Amino acid sequence: MRLGIYSSRIFGEANPFAVKGLWWKLLGVVILLFVFTGGLLFDVPRLDIVNETIRGLYFHVPMWFTMILLFIVSTIYSIKYLRSASPDHDRVAVEFAHAGVCFGLLGIFTGMLWANYAWGTPWHGDPKQNGSAITTLVYLAYFVLRGSLSNKEQSAKLSAVYNIFAFAAMIPLIFIIPRMTDSMHPGNGGNPAFNMYDLDNGMKAIFYPAVIGWMLIGTWIATLRVRTKKINDTIQELEDEKLQ
Amino acid sequence: MTPFKNSKMKNFSKIFFLLTVVLVQTGYAQAQQPEMADVMRSNGKIYVVVGIILIVLIGLFTYLFTLDRKIGKLENKLNIKK
Repeated sequence: MRLGIYSSRIFGEANPFAVKGLWWKLLGVVILLFVFTGGLLFDVPRLDIVNETIRGLYFHVPMWFTMILLFIVSTIYSIKYLRSASPDHDRVAVEFAHAGVCFGLLGIFTGMLWANYAWGTPWHGDPKQNGSAITTLVYLAYFVLRGSLSNKEQSAKLSAVYNIFAFAAMIPLIFIIPRMTDSMHPGNGGNPAFNMYDLDNGMKAIFYPAVIGWMLIGTWIATLRVRTKKINDTIQELEDEKLQ
Repeated sequence: MTPFKNSKMKNFSKIFFLLTVVLVQTGYAQAQQPEMADVMRSNGKIYVVVGIILIVLIGLFTYLFTLDRKIGKLENKLNIKK
């Protein structure tokens, strides 16, 4: 990586930028630095009740977009695992699901804080809030299932099947049911969709980069977890060989 | 004089007029309050908050980079290829 060579001239041996895939990781960092600056300073529409909390759109919603991306990758790798039985695919599936749950929890907590001031209570019983909470529980059950089986291949295979079902359960819980009933979220239950904000090009210019930036950082964290698990599994294998 | 030169002259006088207005106004403002580097103190000091958040972010991302490098070193030790 050419960028890594330049940074090693400055940092020498302790160069923190000597990493794989440096360009997209740096891209994510630069995008998010822009998003946090612009998200706090740029003009936003003046609306009643929400006031300045409209800026929450830049930081709350990308958590969900990132979670969904990570869950999609996790599901794809679960399907791949069922076809290949390769432990590499299983590792990607479990660690992307793990990072996805982390972003989901951040989405729930940011949403609760926002709801406290926009709707009056942190937990409003909004269908989308309930749906996302159930989704988190469904994915937590995935980790419980993985941990409850001592046979590694059996655990990977069963949990891969469950993971596909978990993703299939997430779609109606987050996307369909809130649209069918009365939800306070914009774009659900007859509320005006994003178009209220979408008309404002200034907000688009921060919101879309925010989604891309968080997706890149989320993927980065997930790949770090995948690589750590691979190292852990390799050490385990070496130890098993020693015992035999 | 050609019309072209004339319009140039008009532009010049316009710019001159604007410059005078700006200079007079800034002079007036300076008389009221000394001009300082006020960016970090304006808008209820929101720029300071932005600075704080950016420092936290840059710190966290640097930490992620060093973590990435550490994992890479471990991979090299165990001969893991990606």
